[in-house]
Amino acid sequence: MPPSVPKRVRTMVTPEGVPLRWELGGASERAGAFLIDAAIILAVLTALVLALIRPILRTTLGAGTSADEAGLTLFLLAAFALRNLYFAGWELTPRAATPGKRVLGLRVAARDGGRLTAEAVFARNATRELEVWLPLSFLGAQAEAVDAWTALLGLAWSAVFLLFPLFNKDRLRAGDLIAGTWVVKAPRRRLLPDLAAERSDTALFGGATRPHFDFTPDQVDAYGVKELHVLEEVLRTRHASTLTEVAARIRTKIGWTAGAGDRDRDFLEAYYAALRRRLEGQLLFGRRRRDKHDQG
Amino acid sequence: MTLELRSTRFRAERQEAWLRLERLLGRAERGGARELTDDELVSIPALYRSALSSLNTARAISLDQALIDYLEALCARAYVFVYGARARLGERVGRFFAHDWPAAVRALWPETLVAALAMLLGAALSYSLVSADPEWFYSVIPAEMAQGRTPAASTQELRATLYGQEDEEGRTGLGVFAAFLFTHNAQIAIGAFALGFAFGAPSVLLLVFNGAVLGAFVQLFVSRGLGGDVGGWLLIHGVTELWAVTLAGAAGMSIGRALAYPGRRTRLEAAADAGRRAGVVIAGVVVMLAVAGLLEGVGRQVVTSTPLRYAVAAATAVFWGAYFFRPGGSRG
Repeated sequence: MPPSVPKRVRTMVTPEGVPLRWELGGASERAGAFLIDAAIILAVLTALVLALIRPILRTTLGAGTSADEAGLTLFLLAAFALRNLYFAGWELTPRAATPGKRVLGLRVAARDGGRLTAEAVFARNATRELEVWLPLSFLGAQAEAVDAWTALLGLAWSAVFLLFPLFNKDRLRAGDLIAGTWVVKAPRRRLLPDLAAERSDTALFGGATRPHFDFTPDQVDAYGVKELHVLEEVLRTRHASTLTEVAARIRTKIGWTAGAGDRDRDFLEAYYAALRRRLEGQLLFGRRRRDKHDQG
Repeated sequence: MTLELRSTRFRAERQEAWLRLERLLGRAERGGARELTDDELVSIPALYRSALSSLNTARAISLDQALIDYLEALCARAYVFVYGARARLGERVGRFFAHDWPAAVRALWPETLVAALAMLLGAALSYSLVSADPEWFYSVIPAEMAQGRTPAASTQELRATLYGQEDEEGRTGLGVFAAFLFTHNAQIAIGAFALGFAFGAPSVLLLVFNGAVLGAFVQLFVSRGLGGDVGGWLLIHGVTELWAVTLAGAAGMSIGRALAYPGRRTRLEAAADAGRRAGVVIAGVVVMLAVAGLLEGVGRQVVTSTPLRYAVAAATAVFWGAYFFRPGGSRG
């Protein structure tokens, strides 16, 4: 396990029978994605209104030509499509994510591990009526139409749907619930170099070969998988003072006396490779040493 | 460091395939499936499966956390692509009209019946209320909706609203009117669907209220001896529109029912099943309302003879009935 164990990880078995671990999108990311999408919708609507301002005004004032009326018709239909099809349209693409979700590394997936169907996408987004527009309409309810208490009660009632994701462990929206979907994190990860592999890029070392370290079996037995992963993290982040500190601690633990030309990073990489070799060797015999306290 | 680690060798042998999968996914995600050649498209599932098996092996033999994280992320991305909603649009739309939509509507018949009854109940209630005391009309129908069609109007004026092309909405173009009606009604239908999540009760209320408005309207015209005329005026698009609204309410109720009475399945499973089916119905409802909007916005303004209006209404009823319940339609 990496040092920071993420919360809200769910295991889902793919149809091939391999368990995949998914981290669910958090409420704040979901809200952030929604705000981005809402901003896009608003921007497009504003642009539409500005572009079609003449036909819209002239038609509503009753002085429109048939071209103006076509413009207003276009506007009505486009606004409808934006309100109802924006989310579903994007979630039907191969990314299964709206632009807002893309920015935050979120995707929609079927909860049962099967295929994400078009009807599920449609259903999960049709409930936005309930979660977004209903609270908004109570918020905007005019004083003369309904009295304040009615509006307030309505707002509280509709807020239940808006805040629904906060009240269940899987962060399901009402729409997710009825569509059998959830929103998972699927960030892109780059394939990082293997720290235990032989260096092929001698450039890093100015043409010098990697210094050689010989560890005794006892020295390599000092740690388990947990420490190995911490060491990997340290080596990948390459924070100079952390490297020194960790190297010093390991040297003390295994009783290693530093040679004259020993650089901390070289030492740690060599120890990492040796430790991984040892632990992976044990893995082949069915033994996974969890950490340094695990004596099997 | 003369001997390579097993896990390092394992990775060296396979990483070309992983990187290839990653590149293909990147291109596919950016431009959709059209970006890829057929060969590339076919190779993605195979590469995905081999990446999955790599992940399985890596979990067993490798302690390189970055490698396992990478493979998990890659497999997750590929999974979303391989099992995403990826049917071709034309095919999907074709199947929707040929099979999915009528099947989903048929499966909802109990809810549809209840929804229709709820609307009839509302209509009957307000009809009798308004015939007992015309003052009730004003409490049922908001002034802006009535647009002068109130008990205070003369019979002459009321008749004009049924046939005049220059009535309040008719002044603007027919296309605009149709688009307005369509978007307005579709929004209400989608709302009725979404309200099903609150155990269906608001959906029923919406239906009853919709029926009440109808009942009050019809009573007003019937009391002036315009019953036949208002029937044609309403039904030319109303057959389609009311049917669609009933279906929307039924879709909402089916979700409410699944949530309240999930039966042997878990509540979540039941809700998901009902939600997907209702999603299909509601997509179809939007189509129906587009047709209704055209019939109301254009058809009703053009066809001003009552017998013809009834003929159109009957034709739409036959059409939708045959479409949803046609014999043999229940096949796969």
